[in-house]
Amino acid sequence: MTAEQIIFLLTGALILVSALLVVTVRNLLHAALWLVVALFGVAVLYAILQASFLAVVQVVVYIGAIAILFIFAVMLTRREMRDTGPQTRPNWWIAALLGALVLTGLIVIMLAVPGADRTPAALPEGLDTVWALGNALVSPEAYVLPFEVASVLLLAALVGAVYVAGVGKKS
Amino acid sequence: MSIPLSWYLILSAGLFGVGLYGVLARKNAIAILLSVELMLNAVNINLVAFWRYLDPAQMAGQAFAIIVFAVAAAEVAVGLALIISVYRRRKTVVADDIDLMKW
Repeated sequence: MTAEQIIFLLTGALILVSALLVVTVRNLLHAALWLVVALFGVAVLYAILQASFLAVVQVVVYIGAIAILFIFAVMLTRREMRDTGPQTRPNWWIAALLGALVLTGLIVIMLAVPGADRTPAALPEGLDTVWALGNALVSPEAYVLPFEVASVLLLAALVGAVYVAGVGKKS
Repeated sequence: MSIPLSWYLILSAGLFGVGLYGVLARKNAIAILLSVELMLNAVNINLVAFWRYLDPAQMAGQAFAIIVFAVAAAEVAVGLALIISVYRRRKTVVADDIDLMKW
């Protein structure tokens, strides 16, 4: 067992445990903080996979923006259902069953992927992944159209969010 | 780099299953959105792992992961805006109680 495998196993255990805490813990603020831990673990995985740009984006966008947005939303709505009543629906066991079913199904399918036990080849000589990714995102032969569509979607979502959540003069 | 591809696939399947349980079982609408984030992250792990193990010279996996980031940000912004708006009018964040459009 190499050092890399040990790091992977520790990170994977951290991700799974904090994900379980996200879906079970009672206080929503704690759930949001456990989500931060899980997202950080995923960033570590990206670093192990040599996707350096994605690791940074994961920390900046997911932890820095999305998780903070969640914490703000919890703070704005927190009086409700923190101390009273169950946090899960009465038929939560169906959800647990379905989750376990999907989990085993996914694992069966994934292990049937050809070459699932392969280890990666070294990166091609002279390949700068950040340069290649930036080039692919703006090159007309690659992904400039999906990239621009994503930007328009983000803009539309932000305008919509401001309109929906704003304290306007609407009735 | 001595980690088999299957380890990543099993981890992401586990994360997806946990997220699915959260989406279906939690009552609080914000907690449901938190679980959706877990599922999106499971998908992203798969995309990046396949990029690294199959063809690192093609940037398709990473580019798709970037677009998933953007969609996740949009989804959270709109979802939380809706929840806060509903909370302001009806003083509830329980998904079962928000049934105005049910008939």
